[in-house]
Amino acid sequence: MCLAIPARVIELRGEAQVLVDLDGVRRLISRELIDEVAVGDYLIVHVGYALSRLDEDEARRTLDLLARGGITGRAGAAGAQ
Amino acid sequence: MQYVDEFRDGELGRRLAQRIAAAAGPRRQYRFMEFCGGHTHAISRYGVADLLPENVRMVHGPGCPVCVLPIGRVDLAMQLALEHGVMLATYGDVMRVPASDRMSLLNAKAQGAAVHMVYSVTDALRLAREHPGREVVFFAIGFETTTPPTALAILHAQQQDMRNFSVLCNHVLTPAAMSKILESPAVPGPGAVELDGFVGPGHVSTVIGSAPYELFAREYRKPVVIAGFEPLDVMQAVLMLIGQVNEGRAEVENEFTRGVTRAGNLIAQAKMAEVFELRESFEWRGLGQLPSSALRIRPAYGRFDAERRFALAHRSIPDNKGCECAAILRGALRPTDCKLFGTVCRPDHPVGSCMVSSEGACAAHYSYGRFKDIDVVRA
Amino acid sequence: MSAKRDYHRPLDMRHGLIDMTHGAGGRASAQLVEELFGPAFDNPWLAEGHDAACFAAERGRMVLATDAHVVSPLFFPGGDIGCLAVHGTINDVAMAGAKPMYLAASFVIEEGFALATLGRIVASMASASRQARVPVIAGDTKVVEKNKGDGVFITTTGVGVVPEGVQVSGRRARVGDHILLSGRIGDHGMAIMSCRQGLELQTPIRSDTAALHELVATMLQVCPRIGVLRDPTRGGLATALNEIARQSGVGMMLQERAIPVGAGVQAACELLGLDPLYVANEGKLIAIVPPTEAQPVLDAMRAHPLGAQAAEIGIVTEDQHHFVQMTTAFGGRRVVDWLSGEQLPRIC
Repeated sequence: MCLAIPARVIELRGEAQVLVDLDGVRRLISRELIDEVAVGDYLIVHVGYALSRLDEDEARRTLDLLARGGITGRAGAAGAQ
Repeated sequence: MQYVDEFRDGELGRRLAQRIAAAAGPRRQYRFMEFCGGHTHAISRYGVADLLPENVRMVHGPGCPVCVLPIGRVDLAMQLALEHGVMLATYGDVMRVPASDRMSLLNAKAQGAAVHMVYSVTDALRLAREHPGREVVFFAIGFETTTPPTALAILHAQQQDMRNFSVLCNHVLTPAAMSKILESPAVPGPGAVELDGFVGPGHVSTVIGSAPYELFAREYRKPVVIAGFEPLDVMQAVLMLIGQVNEGRAEVENEFTRGVTRAGNLIAQAKMAEVFELRESFEWRGLGQLPSSALRIRPAYGRFDAERRFALAHRSIPDNKGCECAAILRGALRPTDCKLFGTVCRPDHPVGSCMVSSEGACAAHYSYGRFKDIDVVRA
Repeated sequence: MSAKRDYHRPLDMRHGLIDMTHGAGGRASAQLVEELFGPAFDNPWLAEGHDAACFAAERGRMVLATDAHVVSPLFFPGGDIGCLAVHGTINDVAMAGAKPMYLAASFVIEEGFALATLGRIVASMASASRQARVPVIAGDTKVVEKNKGDGVFITTTGVGVVPEGVQVSGRRARVGDHILLSGRIGDHGMAIMSCRQGLELQTPIRSDTAALHELVATMLQVCPRIGVLRDPTRGGLATALNEIARQSGVGMMLQERAIPVGAGVQAACELLGLDPLYVANEGKLIAIVPPTEAQPVLDAMRAHPLGAQAAEIGIVTEDQHHFVQMTTAFGGRRVVDWLSGEQLPRIC
């Protein structure tokens, strides 16, 4: 089940929930499946649950590589760690 | 949208398309299976296939949980709704799957069954809280992305000592399905193809990690590149797969590094292990009985298991004779190879589940790619 | 103690409820007209108190349109069933190229419905009708038993006149014509979605419900030759374009980049697995015009408040299969198909 979109945490609500914002659209979602969350983090949300935190450094790195025309060869394997 | 729009940049897409065309070279054919329904949808919706060279073909795999749900399991849900009078909570896509007698949950709803569309399992829990006098059953489907939320819901239900909530569990496992496809390389049927590699599911992998795919790469000598869901992710993954094929490598690579690690989400894995256990085998539409491929609720949580609670017995129902969903799900046939495609079987009156879910190979092709089947004179 | 003569207890608009007598045609029904509908719509026809309204016939071609409104919830950000009912039928008439003249409104109300709520709805209809300068001159009320209706259903019927020289029809799209859209898509449908149970979105999305007849009049003044006008309501832009393509026997090629979608609508659709192309609009229109007229019409649209974000989104092509195709923002091509059944949100 693969519809999941990265949304930004704008508020922590109790132990179990966070309020996320996607371009002004807000939704209360569960954070029971991830450990530490902070306001400003980006979470990958699916059916009302955060599945993982988006690693912003890796996102920028990927975009960088894409901007340079994509990765081929062994350079890509490093990302699997 | 941050971290979304950048991965949909058309200019970068064009550049990647050029790199892919250069890397693919005219000498050979490349066949990659995108396992996951979300990738099928992304490829269709953004017209990615249009940007790939002729000799690079994407084959649609069975990673659409609605598509692999056998008729017999939908029948169980119907039984619960129509005969046991439960309030059945289900995701939208599932409501259109035609079961026995071509009846779907949507039809059952029209007949008065209490079928409720929900966006999340928490909605089903809320339904149960709001209707303490009624039995509420959540029709759970999905791969490893949707399974942890179901596990959490059952744990909640137990903590709150809910007496009227249960789950009809149809959660299935990605690695099992991939094994099955890899075990039958010479699949009968016209257009049967040898696969050169897999685009691995993105969000399933945030949960299970990239480690489980190492087995396939090793044992079956097929490259796997885990990809995110935006069109640039998919194209990038295709480029990486071509690179591996050209260099004779068969490794697990991760394009979706911003969301996937090797170990995956340990908390989610722990919750799943707490609540679910492996079924010995489970029927998958199109793939038959697969061993160790699906989950059932552990006895400790038995009172939340709808199959136990309502003493349901699964009956295997064969698909419509003309329906080629089975071969299409395995990537052996294309949607257009099925005699029913586009005529008897269309999105508004689907015969098989590949046409129901917008990620099903047939629905995706019908809705987004049909123009390619016809010789349209290009300007 | 003498009882007041001819004393009829007025409607209790604050705490009263609709009951079966209000639909029975007797005193209670009349009271609804006298105390609620009449004063709200405030026009000589209703003041007459006849069932039917009489008006002078216009010369030329006339248009008649009707629409039932069953929206739930009754009140949503940006509007309610009342103004929706007024705008919807005015738009149906306007999409035929006609100037709307009068409306009739019939109500089917569920027993037990609060008069206060009915009052709000009627006030909203009256306001919409006044702003649009299209009076509601006739109507009807029926009451159904509890649980046999969804609060209230409103059907509006509208009548209008087509100006000389104007010929608007779904069959008149010609190869080479330009396809214009008056503004951002998806607002109404997503505003409704945000209210439905189970979604709890706190979004700033408001329904775009609006009467488009004055925008249409400006456009027709600039270009009386506009061939097609259509408001993409249920089924969204994609469905409306497919209908036109089939009726006219043509194909279409759209540019996704050119189609305006608000950021909030885009995000809400992403979160719910919906495609904005299929989401309902209640204050937008499509116009298909000859190529030489495209710029002047677009300029006229943009000069009007309801067309400020108007854009050219595609062209009409030769295609025996009547496909509506689109070049995606990403660069590939895809078909934009009819909606099959209701758009069910994707999970995947």
